[in-house]
Amino acid sequence: MSAILEVKNATRSFGGLVAVNDVSFSVPSRGVTAVIGPNGAGKTTLFNVIAGTISANGGTILLNGEDVTDFKPEAKAAKGLVRTFQLVKLFQDLTAAENVKVGFHLKTHGGLFAALFQPAWARAAERNSEKTAADLLDLVGLSKVAQTSASILPYGQQRLLEIARALACQPSILLLDEPAAGLNAEESERLARAIRRIAADGTAVLLIEHDMKLVMDIADDVVVLDYGRKIAHGTPDAVRNDPAVLAAYLG
Amino acid sequence: MTSSPSTTLPEARSAVQTTRLPLATAAVWAVSAAIVGYALIFGGYAATIISFALIYAVFVSGLNVFMGLTAQVSFGQSAFAAIGGYSSAVLTTTYAWPPLAGMSAGLVFSLLAAWAIGFPTLRLKGHYLAMATLAIGLITYEIAVEWESVTQGYLGISGIPPLGIGPFEAVSDRQILVVLSVVVLVIAFAVKRIQHSRLGRSFAAVAGSEEAAATLGINVARTKLVSFLLAAGLASISGSLFVHVVGYVSPEVFGLHMVILAFSMVYIGGLGTVAGPLIGALIVSILPEVFRGMKDSQDLAYGIALILILIYAPKGIAGVAGAFDARRAA
Repeated sequence: MSAILEVKNATRSFGGLVAVNDVSFSVPSRGVTAVIGPNGAGKTTLFNVIAGTISANGGTILLNGEDVTDFKPEAKAAKGLVRTFQLVKLFQDLTAAENVKVGFHLKTHGGLFAALFQPAWARAAERNSEKTAADLLDLVGLSKVAQTSASILPYGQQRLLEIARALACQPSILLLDEPAAGLNAEESERLARAIRRIAADGTAVLLIEHDMKLVMDIADDVVVLDYGRKIAHGTPDAVRNDPAVLAAYLG
Repeated sequence: MTSSPSTTLPEARSAVQTTRLPLATAAVWAVSAAIVGYALIFGGYAATIISFALIYAVFVSGLNVFMGLTAQVSFGQSAFAAIGGYSSAVLTTTYAWPPLAGMSAGLVFSLLAAWAIGFPTLRLKGHYLAMATLAIGLITYEIAVEWESVTQGYLGISGIPPLGIGPFEAVSDRQILVVLSVVVLVIAFAVKRIQHSRLGRSFAAVAGSEEAAATLGINVARTKLVSFLLAAGLASISGSLFVHVVGYVSPEVFGLHMVILAFSMVYIGGLGTVAGPLIGALIVSILPEVFRGMKDSQDLAYGIALILILIYAPKGIAGVAGAFDARRAA
């Protein structure tokens, strides 16, 4: 299976602290890859470097074979790499459905002219967005709150909504930053189902996660970081029994 | 990692989607129509006050696009009203252009100026942007004062012809009111359409979270620039309308006072709403007249009234009406 994302010798330091140290791995174009590690292992920094939120000091990020190391987030999104945030960043004043519709930005076009004069093609695109948004909300189980303002949704639903919004970009790879953080068991299970369906539909998923149960349940591949370095990479079962991983977690 | 309480309350509440008419919002429009209607019927001083309010509504609509829909701050929109107003004034008097041509030229100048100013400053965030725009308003004011060969400085330019197309001119109070009402309605309709379009959603995305907007492929700087240009365009049109309605222009018209008044209007009316700029402009314009009889204490009463509105309707009048309608619909 070909790799959609290749991280080669990625390095990022803050002053004297090397948060990500020469990390290399690749993400296959199908399935779920998880990055795990103890607190402070550099997971979030690695994630931000991949997403373009912060720049790398060294190394390269290849997306479908193209060097996107220095691309800004919006340029990476246009290339098919879309992320969510650990602290949910929804558009609070919009409804759930409208939040998802913002996600169609790259897949639709039209500016002031289309807004004011609403030509037939713009109306058709709007109807299509409406319908696709409904489908995506259904995928994450939020159909009933489509017309509810994002700001009053419970936290778990906000997370699922952020994933639906990211999917609206039709990414070829979806980056999820601790998607289960702050979810209760039931919500976490719903999230796991949604992620499995997303992966089954052909979108590669790369996630950072603290919740080991979730990782062991849904990941096909696990990358383990410790002190900014990759210490293991393999299937959940292989990683679970890796002595280096056990040492890192148990001290 | 904190676990947060999760309820299914909103889910259950909005499960039944009923389509009821947004009555409270309709009431805001009805009150606005009644105020303009009163001025149309009685004319005279009332017509003058309401005409100015409608011109302000155009200006505030622009401010509302930039501040309400896109959540950016600009203290310098008066600069574009000045560019529009002075372009109209100079071109229709010195060069005898027809009003619409002068207004269009002013619009082009304003958009060029807004692009030149916005391109670098919109990369600034929060109060840096606010400071930069404040400077732009002050600089434009100074130019209007000092560039005497064109603007005639403090003397101002008089003898500006009334609004009109070809042989048709809006000269009487009532004709002016009708023209301005149509302009305000067309703009409100346009803002409504923008709000529910791809462009409007990109404004809302930038307003909600610039970081999230960027990850969805939205060019944040460009989106802000488009919003700024829209605001500048509407400000320019309001400046042109003003000089044609009054027939005279001087630098004081576009001073800081204009910015402060417009800010009161956009907040009283309701930031980010369609009806807000109109009802805000009408109320802020009428209140001083209501309190005129109180002589010495009229400014005090005016201030208290504004504060009371903001305490009891923090989202503005149209904002509260919208929230009320949303609650009934849910």
